[in-house]
Amino acid sequence: MSYSTSEMMTVAAARRLRNGAVCFVGIGLPSKAANLARLTSSPDVVLIYESGPIGAKPSVLPLSIGDGELAETADTVVPTGEIFRYWLQGGRIDVGFLGAAQVDRFGNINTTVVGDYHAPKTRLPGAGGAPEIAGSAKQVLIILKQSPRAFVDKLDFITSVGHGEGGDSRQRLGLPGEGPVGIITDLCIMEPEADTHEFVVTSIHPGVTREQIIKATGWAIRFAEGVQQTAAPSEVELSALRDLEARTAAAHGQTAGEA
Amino acid sequence: MAAILSLHEAVKQFIQDGDSVALEGFTHLIPTAAGHEIIRQGKRDLTLVRMTPDLIYDQLIGAGCARKLIFSWGGNPGVGSLHRLRDAVEKQWPHAIEIEEHSHADLANAYVAGASGLPFAVLRAYAGSDLPKVNPLIKSVTCPFTGEVLAAVPSVRPDVTVIHAQKADRKGNVLLWGILGVQKEAALAAKRCIVTVEEIVDDLQAPMNACVLPTWALSAVCLVPGGAHPSYAHGYYERDNRFYQAWDPIARNRESFTAWIDTYIRGTADFTEFQARLASTAEAAQ
Repeated sequence: MSYSTSEMMTVAAARRLRNGAVCFVGIGLPSKAANLARLTSSPDVVLIYESGPIGAKPSVLPLSIGDGELAETADTVVPTGEIFRYWLQGGRIDVGFLGAAQVDRFGNINTTVVGDYHAPKTRLPGAGGAPEIAGSAKQVLIILKQSPRAFVDKLDFITSVGHGEGGDSRQRLGLPGEGPVGIITDLCIMEPEADTHEFVVTSIHPGVTREQIIKATGWAIRFAEGVQQTAAPSEVELSALRDLEARTAAAHGQTAGEA
Repeated sequence: MAAILSLHEAVKQFIQDGDSVALEGFTHLIPTAAGHEIIRQGKRDLTLVRMTPDLIYDQLIGAGCARKLIFSWGGNPGVGSLHRLRDAVEKQWPHAIEIEEHSHADLANAYVAGASGLPFAVLRAYAGSDLPKVNPLIKSVTCPFTGEVLAAVPSVRPDVTVIHAQKADRKGNVLLWGILGVQKEAALAAKRCIVTVEEIVDDLQAPMNACVLPTWALSAVCLVPGGAHPSYAHGYYERDNRFYQAWDPIARNRESFTAWIDTYIRGTADFTEFQARLASTAEAAQ
């Protein structure tokens, strides 16, 4: 089966969620990948959304973080304050699954502004739940499409911290979680190198060249020794993803590409 | 005791120019009709508080009602930008707006602290983030027991909170369910609270432990069926995703936005008339 680079990205991200993991899910790409994991390799993954649903099992992807479908399919729905206080800050989240507008080589995330904060070139939506998810989840996964505008040498603004300035930055900041352990893109998978915590390419998606990755990264990206090739999406993974997107499009009255 | 009032009367009585106002509802139960009524009555210089400004604050900001915005995520969910918010921040249209920016965990805790009668909230947050550099109200406090340095943020205690709920009884007790966001905390943190509801019934038939706001904790209850549209009211109607998408081109430029506000909000007497106008436009487009 042929597939798109976006499908490869979603499938590669879904594979990273182990069965039974408790996952705090951001809206958009993270939600799509997390639900694909639930429908394929990890049926017992527990999905928590910041609006309040715990153990959500949506049959179609939510358009907003608080769609009724999430509440109806959840084990329980709690107030938003409780989500952040008891479940996240309380240390019960295994994986925080985040999107981003921009990341840097240490997995720090900008979702606030491009340009100067007080005179922004582009005003982005802002923090949402991400800063505390990035701080308190035991591990963090980041999913976004790779381009030089998104993978930048220096962020204009750090909304949510990854590995800070690298090295033992997170320990010095006193952050409880391990921080980002993977950035999954439409071209490759990056993981933090031991000690420096700089993200290096550890797996390249089929058909993608090193030159493509270098061109799509705003810093001098490095490749791990023994870099792998990502396994192509299986038929099971692809049909589960396409069915999910088709159901979503039908439910939200969109065309399939928009889901 | 909450008075059962028309929305017009409640907004007139309880929201004054210059007030800090929280219209809450996390995707679900967003009190859209109340936002419209604030625009109709031309309220000015409001400090708007809301975790997710959404379309409701895009409208209030573009219509010139806001002096300041306190928020934590400002996008059109599933669609893109809030163009009126961006135009106000980036180009000071229709006038400059002060922004005070937090994270969700921060604002959610700040509402809890407000409802708890505390001056500030404490949480484990912001280490390594640049937000405290641009928001001087995000400070830190050292735990007197462990020495851990934690974030301290001022509690949110609005002059007025407005929420939408499913049901009230004739005394003005209110029942809401589904995704509750920070509505209960926002209601109890405020000096005054207006609740718009889908229906008023003889008996709420609330299950034990349900989220019920007693009438004596509220200022006014207003019957406004459909008042959360294009957001949704669980058990009554679904989120109108198409409206969220349609909002993008309307809000994208100043002229089309102003024309929309003039036609649909300033040009209608109340929410019922607004709904009728929206429906007739939709019909004509078919």
